[in-house]
Amino acid sequence: MKHLISVLVENKFGTLNRVASMFSARGFNLESISIGETEDPEISRMTIVTKGEDRIISQVLKQLNRLIDTIKVTDLTHQPHVERELLLLSLKLGKSTQHEIFELANVFKGKVVDIKQKSITIEFVGSPEKINTAIDLFRPFGIRELARSGAVAIHRGES
Amino acid sequence: MHTNGQKLIGSEIFFECLRRENVEYIFGYPGGALLKVYEILHDVVDIKHILVRHEQGATHMAEGYSRATGRPGVVLVTSGPGATNTVTGITNAYMDSTPLVVFTGQVPSSLIGNDAFQEADIVGITRPITKHNFLVKDVRELASTIRKAFFLATNGRPGPVLVDMPKDVLNAECIFEWPESVEIRGFKPTIKCHSNQVQKAARLIADAKRPLFYIGGGVISAGASEELRKIAIDQQIPVTMTLQGLGAFPGDHPLSMGMLGMHGTFWSNQAVSHCDLLIAVGARFDDRVTGKVDTFATQAYKIHNDIDPTNVDKNIKVDLPVVGDSKDFLASLIEAMPKTKEDRSAWLAEIEEWRKQCPLDYDNEPDSLKTEFVIDEVSKQTEGHAVIVTDVGQHQMWTSQYYKFTEPRSIITSGGLGTMGFGLPSAIGAAFGVTDRPIVLFSGDGGLMMNIQELVTAVYNKLPVKIFLINNSYLGMVRQWQELFHKEKYSFTDLEASNPDFVRVAEAFGCKALSANNPESARNAITEALAYHEGPVLVDFRVIRKDMVFPMVPAGGSISDMLLARLNPKTMV
Ligand SMILES: Cc1ncc(C[n+]2csc(CCOP(=O)(O)OP(=O)(O)O)c2C)c(N)n1
Ligand SMILES: [Mg+2]
Repeated sequence: MKHLISVLVENKFGTLNRVASMFSARGFNLESISIGETEDPEISRMTIVTKGEDRIISQVLKQLNRLIDTIKVTDLTHQPHVERELLLLSLKLGKSTQHEIFELANVFKGKVVDIKQKSITIEFVGSPEKINTAIDLFRPFGIRELARSGAVAIHRGES
Repeated sequence: MHTNGQKLIGSEIFFECLRRENVEYIFGYPGGALLKVYEILHDVVDIKHILVRHEQGATHMAEGYSRATGRPGVVLVTSGPGATNTVTGITNAYMDSTPLVVFTGQVPSSLIGNDAFQEADIVGITRPITKHNFLVKDVRELASTIRKAFFLATNGRPGPVLVDMPKDVLNAECIFEWPESVEIRGFKPTIKCHSNQVQKAARLIADAKRPLFYIGGGVISAGASEELRKIAIDQQIPVTMTLQGLGAFPGDHPLSMGMLGMHGTFWSNQAVSHCDLLIAVGARFDDRVTGKVDTFATQAYKIHNDIDPTNVDKNIKVDLPVVGDSKDFLASLIEAMPKTKEDRSAWLAEIEEWRKQCPLDYDNEPDSLKTEFVIDEVSKQTEGHAVIVTDVGQHQMWTSQYYKFTEPRSIITSGGLGTMGFGLPSAIGAAFGVTDRPIVLFSGDGGLMMNIQELVTAVYNKLPVKIFLINNSYLGMVRQWQELFHKEKYSFTDLEASNPDFVRVAEAFGCKALSANNPESARNAITEALAYHEGPVLVDFRVIRKDMVFPMVPAGGSISDMLLARLNPKTMV
C-alpha cells in the first residue's frame, strides 16, 4: 500500500542524493519526493511517497533512519495529517470548450495563472487523489503539458 | 604536537587530528593534490606512514590492521585515480563492517566540477559504499569533520567513512580547535538493549530443549567473546558461527560447531534445521548462510540481536528482535538467566550423531598434497593461535573448515564482498597491528596475483608474514562450479599455462621462498616458515589441482540438503 513519509534532514549539499540513491540501490519504490527548507534554515523537510508491503515499508523507514543526514523519520500514513499537491495544468483552449473548462476549473477551485489565445494554464491545489481526478476529467479537453509538485505533508495540530 | 588556538595550515591540522585520534599508521600513496600534506609528513615522526604500491592495497591493509587490532584503519590517497583505486577496498570494508577513515586529496575547490586534471567526484562515487562521507569546503571545518569521521566509523555498526580534502583547504590557514565532543543529531545508535526483550529472551533460552547460538562478526567487533563463552558453556548451548564470527567461540571446545551455511559443517546446518530456538547474535542472515530462506530454521523460534536495526527482518522474519550492542545483549542475558538449568544432553547427543555421520576429513597420500592437510597442519603447529588471513576461493572455505580458531580477531577474510586480492595486503596490515602472534595468509594463485605488488611493502618493512600460497593453478572455486553446475565447461579457469613461477617471483621481490608438493615437505616448510622472523616468507604449496570443497549447499538450495562428495553429486542427505 501507499505510504507517506515525512523526513527531517540536514539542509546540506548531497542529502537529496543520499536519500534518492538509497531508494534505488535497495530497489524501493519512490513515487514522489519533494524537499524544502523548514523554519530552521539548517533543516529541510522531505516528503516521500512510496509503495510496498509492511515488511518493505519497515525496511524503508529503518534505512532512512540509518542515513546520517536524516534527523527524524515519520510515517504519516496512519497518523492525522494534511497532504497537498500542486498541479499546473496547461490545456488547449477552443471556443467550444472554453465554457466547460472554466466550469470544471471552478469545481476544483482552480486558479487561472496564464491565458493565451489558444491555451490556458490553471493551478490546482489538493490531495494527490483530487489532483488525479482533476487530470482525468480535464483529459478530454486536450492536455498540452502538466507539472505536479509531488506531495507535501505535515502532522495535524493538536486540539 | 600543536595546541588549540595555534594558527596552522590544513595539512598540519590533518596530522594534528590524527595524533588526537591516536593513529599509529597511515597507509598511503602521494600525488599532486596531497603535495602539501606530504611536505608536512616529511617531518612527522610520531605517526608512521606506510607507502603502498597501489591504493587498493592501502585500503585492504587498513582493513587488515583494523580487524586484527579493533582500531580504525587510516588511508591517505590523492585525488582522481588515487581515490577511485580505493573503491573496492572501501566497499569491502562496508560489507564487512570494518571501521576505516579514508582521506582523499581533491582538486582545488575553485576547479571542482570543471573536469579538472585528476578530478573525480569521489564523494558521489562512494556515497553508497560508505557509512558516510564528507567534502571539506572550508579549512575551519577540517578538524571537526575529521573528529566526526572517526566517531562515525567506530560507533554503532562500524564502517568506512571518507573525507575529501581539496588542495586549497590543505594549504589554507586557520586557528586550530580540536572539538572536545562530537554531536551528530542524525546518528544515535541504540547500544543498550531493551530490558523487557532481554528478559523474554532469557526465559525462552531457559525453556528451550534444542537451542542454538548463531554467531556473526558483530560479536567480535563488540568484543563480546567472553560473554558468549560464559553463557554458552553455562547453559550448554552449542555455537555455530559465520565466516566472520569464527573465533568468537573457541573452535576446540566441544560446544563449537564450526561454520554454518554454504560450506559450513553438515552438523551445523542440520542443527539449524532442527533447533527449537535460534539465537542470532551480531549476524545478518546473509544468503550464503541461509540458503533458501523459506526452508531456513523452520522449527525454530528466532531471537535476533544486532546493533543495526536494518538487519532485523531484512532477509528472515524473526520472532524476537533485540536491537543493541551484542556485548550488552550477552552480558544482560547472563544476568537475566534463571538459576535452574535445562538438561541439554539429548540435543547435544543428536548433534554428535550428525557429526559422526558426516565428519570433516580427508585422505592423505604420501605423494600428493591436499589443501586440507596444509591448513590442518598449520592449525596444529600454531595451536590455533595465529592470526589467519585468507583470500577468496576454495582455500578460504577450507580454512574456515580446518583451522581451529581459538580466539577472536583471528580470521581476517573478505566475506560480504568476496574480494580476490584482499589477502596479501590485509595480512600486511594485520602484521603492522599484531606482533605477538604469527600472521599467516592462505591465498589462492589467482588472488595472489591481484595485489602481488604489495609484496614490496612486506619485504621493505621486514614483516614476518607467512604467505602460504595454495597453488592449484586453477581459479579453483569457479572451476568447482563449472564442474558441478556448468557441464564441465572449464572456461578460462585453468592457469597452468600462464601462472608465473611464484618462488622466483617472490625471490625477485627479495622475499624468502620455499615450495612443497607432498605432506612431508609441506610439514617441514610450515615449520621452517613459522620459525622465520626476519621478513616475509612465501611457501608455494603445489596442491592437487582438481580438489573440491565439500560439503556444499548448491546456490539457492536448502541448507538441510548438502552435497557431500564429488563422485556422486546426486548424493543428498
Ligand atoms: C575480484 C574478484 N574477481 C572475481 C571473483 C570471482 N571468483 C571467486 S573465487 C575465484 C577463483 C579464485 O581462485 P584462486 O585465487 O586461485 O583460489 P582457489 O579457489 O583456487 O583456492 C574467482 C575468480 C572474485 N571473487 N573477486
Ligand atoms: Mg587457485
